[in-house]
Amino acid sequence: MFNVKQIVPCEIAGLRDARNPVASYDADLIDSVRVNRSAAERRVASLPGRRTVKKEWQAAWQVRAIQCIDLTTLSGDDTPGRVRRLCAKARRPVRQELLDAMGIGGIGVTTGAVCVYHAMVETAVAALRGTKIPVAAVSAGFPAGLSPLDLRVKEIEASVAAGAGEIDIVINRSHVLTGNYRAVYDEMKLFRAACGPARVKAIVGAGDLGTLVNVGRASLACMMAGADFVKTSTGKEATNATLPFALVMCRMIRTWHEMTGHKVGFKPAGGIATAKDAMNYQFIMKEELGNDWLSPELFRIGASSLLTDIERQLEYFVSGHYSVAHRQPMA
Amino acid sequence: MNRVAQILETMEYGPAPESDVPAQTWLDKKGRRFELFIGGTGMPGHGDRFDSINPATGSKLALLAQATAADVDAAVRAARAAQPGWAKLSGFERAKYLYALARLVQKHSRLFAVLETLDNGKPIRETRDIDIPLVVRHFYHHAGWAQLLESEFPGYAPLGVAGQVIPWNFPVLMLAWKIAPAIACGNTVVLKPAEDTSLTALLFADICQEAKLPKGVVNIVTGSGETGRLIVEHPDIDKIAFTGSTEVGRAIRLATAGTGKKLTLELGGKSPFIVFDDADLDAAVEGAVDAIWFNQGQVCCAGSRLLVQESVAERFLAKLRARMENLRVGDPLDKTTDIGAIVSLKQRAQIDAKVKKGVAEGAILFQPKTVCPDGCFYPPTLLSNVEPAATVAQEEIFGPVLVAMTFRTPAEGVALANNTRYGLAASIWSEDINVALDLAPRIKAGVVWVNCTNQFDASTGFGGYRESGFGREGGREGLYEYLKEKTPKFSAAASMPTAPPALAKEEFPAVDRTAKLFIGGKQARPDGGTSRAIVSRSGAFLGHVGEGNRKDIRNAVEAASKAEGWAYATGHARAQILYYCAENLSARAGEFAARSRGMTGASKAAAAKEVEVSIHRLFTYAAWADKFDGAVHNPPLRGAVLAMNEPQGVIAIAAPDEAPLLAFTSLWAPAVAMGNRVVIVPSERHPLAATDFYQVLETSDMPAGVINIVTGGRDTLAQTLGEHHGVDAIWYFGSNGKLIEQASVGDLKRTWIVGAIDWFGADGEGRVFLRHATQVKNVWIPYGA
Repeated sequence: MFNVKQIVPCEIAGLRDARNPVASYDADLIDSVRVNRSAAERRVASLPGRRTVKKEWQAAWQVRAIQCIDLTTLSGDDTPGRVRRLCAKARRPVRQELLDAMGIGGIGVTTGAVCVYHAMVETAVAALRGTKIPVAAVSAGFPAGLSPLDLRVKEIEASVAAGAGEIDIVINRSHVLTGNYRAVYDEMKLFRAACGPARVKAIVGAGDLGTLVNVGRASLACMMAGADFVKTSTGKEATNATLPFALVMCRMIRTWHEMTGHKVGFKPAGGIATAKDAMNYQFIMKEELGNDWLSPELFRIGASSLLTDIERQLEYFVSGHYSVAHRQPMA
Repeated sequence: MNRVAQILETMEYGPAPESDVPAQTWLDKKGRRFELFIGGTGMPGHGDRFDSINPATGSKLALLAQATAADVDAAVRAARAAQPGWAKLSGFERAKYLYALARLVQKHSRLFAVLETLDNGKPIRETRDIDIPLVVRHFYHHAGWAQLLESEFPGYAPLGVAGQVIPWNFPVLMLAWKIAPAIACGNTVVLKPAEDTSLTALLFADICQEAKLPKGVVNIVTGSGETGRLIVEHPDIDKIAFTGSTEVGRAIRLATAGTGKKLTLELGGKSPFIVFDDADLDAAVEGAVDAIWFNQGQVCCAGSRLLVQESVAERFLAKLRARMENLRVGDPLDKTTDIGAIVSLKQRAQIDAKVKKGVAEGAILFQPKTVCPDGCFYPPTLLSNVEPAATVAQEEIFGPVLVAMTFRTPAEGVALANNTRYGLAASIWSEDINVALDLAPRIKAGVVWVNCTNQFDASTGFGGYRESGFGREGGREGLYEYLKEKTPKFSAAASMPTAPPALAKEEFPAVDRTAKLFIGGKQARPDGGTSRAIVSRSGAFLGHVGEGNRKDIRNAVEAASKAEGWAYATGHARAQILYYCAENLSARAGEFAARSRGMTGASKAAAAKEVEVSIHRLFTYAAWADKFDGAVHNPPLRGAVLAMNEPQGVIAIAAPDEAPLLAFTSLWAPAVAMGNRVVIVPSERHPLAATDFYQVLETSDMPAGVINIVTGGRDTLAQTLGEHHGVDAIWYFGSNGKLIEQASVGDLKRTWIVGAIDWFGADGEGRVFLRHATQVKNVWIPYGA
């Protein structure tokens, strides 16, 4: 059309693959966050009408969603047996014949991680030996985040020592609700240090935070303090992952990337039970952040029953017949 | 199936085509050859045939009929014949038909959506999720108005036959906006769809048959602008409703001048999209997408002028450019397409020419790397570094082209926003409620969207200020466009005293006063330095008044424009001044009665009554000053839509000869009560009541410039006022309305032409006057903590 210089969003060379480092606290940046709730809701309401994937594309996106699942069990009745069963499913999330039929039998589809309480880390690590599937441990006084700070730090260290490659910490929501983002940052910084080489996901507990602005500010404070991922929910709040939460958090990730060049990942968790739900989150990732954020490096879905629904969809894609849950091996 | 592995690498969306089979099947069933829809049946028509083209592919969809004069005649006859019976039905009966139309469109919604996309080129996402649901909503909502009409609009009657000419950008949605209110009110219609996009209107004709709508209530004639002209000029049509370009709107104003046809014009725009530094910038970016890349930017109210606060301009534009990279241009039938085809190659060429001109004038062009197919497609385009003086900042482009400018302060934002001939819509982005709600009333636009854009609903009026047209579509305010007051015919002559009475000498003032013009709060000598003699009915000399000329009008309008603060005075404050005027008039009642007698020869009792009613009238409008409330509409939204009655601005008034004091008072008082400033030309024969009155104004604390009085040759002065671009509306009470309507064409000012009114009766005051003194601005305020 016209021969003009194209301007593309800034990308700071060399920082692409580096881990998001700890930055200094920036109160002005936190203050500057503005979120218009109605506009956010309009965006997520219209997005499923604007984007869709069909046929092979749908199948591929669903396989990718599986690769991003943090297959999770966080129940009071978890036992080593239950966790071993979960890990077996994480290794082989889709029946081999379905993968073969799609021509991807050889690419080694697994879930993104297995996510458990600290007590189950050793079991999970043992069960996943020989794979690249990391074990993620929820930590730092999960789910309320209100136990003594030193104990929260020690809990992280214990999980890392037990072999967890990823730590999902919870922030202390009272700091957000009292406007003390400095405290959110300070604690997160301690957690990040305690994680050492383990990747740290910061759960903001969005459903407890009251407003989307608070969700945005809490996410940003965690990113400043070196979070590798920000995560919506523990799964224990009255409201878990929602598309507006995801939109706001992704836009904070984008802001952080625009400012620093560092890429922080996103993990919605809780209540994502259908392939269609998962796809709507994928659309947000692609539209708001780009393709890099569709990979398990930067995108995880905290879920348990989702996997079975996706398997059913894949079976339908392969066979042309609608499927049922009991045909898919249990987690 | 190895494609799955490949897609896992690229994570692209892939094709997601909507099937066009239902629409193609329907076209086949119709033999791809369409007739006119007149009197409830298909009529071949007498004209040539023309092609309907799918702009995305260039393929022929069907052959349409060009309606000729004979065809338009037949359609108008059918509408005329059907109208009395249709109007006689109860509101409930009409409501059932509108309800059936809503249900039937809903039942065939996919067919409508696909056909619209084939015919117009707009993405299926929009026809499916926006256009067709809004059509359905419009008929449902107006089924409700049909039901409530008798109780909610007592004293109103339908106009008769409405001629409706609609554009190609929202073909079936504009049909709904036109037909639903018209038939709800008991009118019948002759509608012409745009020649490029007639197919969904013809499908709607099928729906009318399916709903068993009485024959002739809806008539649809296809054809070019020539057919439109035949409708506009048809002598047996009572109302013209047009949506389209300002250029054609002007031609329609000229053609209908003096015919008595009621007119609604919904025209072009260059609507501002204002982003403050405290806005949710990401939300505003998405808003800009919906503002200018919705329907390929072919939207009259498109937010096409981006005004960004300088402190965030660079950041905002960077975000916007990044967002543009994600816009998908291509096959309108693909469910993931954001921007479809431009309606025609001709339109595309116009867009391209304007963009090239913008670049030549110094704009910096950005178009994303997005693949844009050849043919009737145009990429999303951002022109930055644009100054208000640039052509692309002033002229409507009607394509996917956004022009960007910066501002420093809220005041400058308002000034730039209003720096246009248009006034259709505006979008304001700020998280500060003070900033957003302060700007909303200050922007000259019929629709203001706060932190949103391009929101439409049947419950809420839509329409412009300035050269974006007049009249409203949707909501209660839209219904008035299809109704008239049931007033008995009144003759001005009958109200004049028949015999010249004998005058008592002592009723004249002892010393003759030199009446001057009253401009900007000061008595002013006429620019021309000449006066005219005023005589009584019996021919006796009463005094001189200034002979106002063009320059006096210029000065008066300037004074009125400067008194803008009056528009923002509180209703209470305006009421106080009107009461004060009444008080001071009352104190001089005897003198004014004598003046009236002296001029008109009215009886003593009649003259006293004229003064008494004038005082009464001032009380009426003092009472109204803080009571002509707007409304809060109820569209499906978490938020409020405020329908605010705003003053027109500067209203020119040419007063009649009868009841010279009372008519004068009855006209300026409602205008001023609503916050307008007026330039009033009083009765040409009997101007002395008005010139006496400026002393009342002077003693009543009326701010300078709010009321300006220019005496002289009334129609000549009124014509000058009609042509003056600083006058927002003109009220003319007399027999030469055609002249005024023609004069108004330059800036499409609102006109109100009335033959005669019984100033002493109930029709001499009330809501009708207030409605003409105001225009409705709808401010959309979605909220959410």
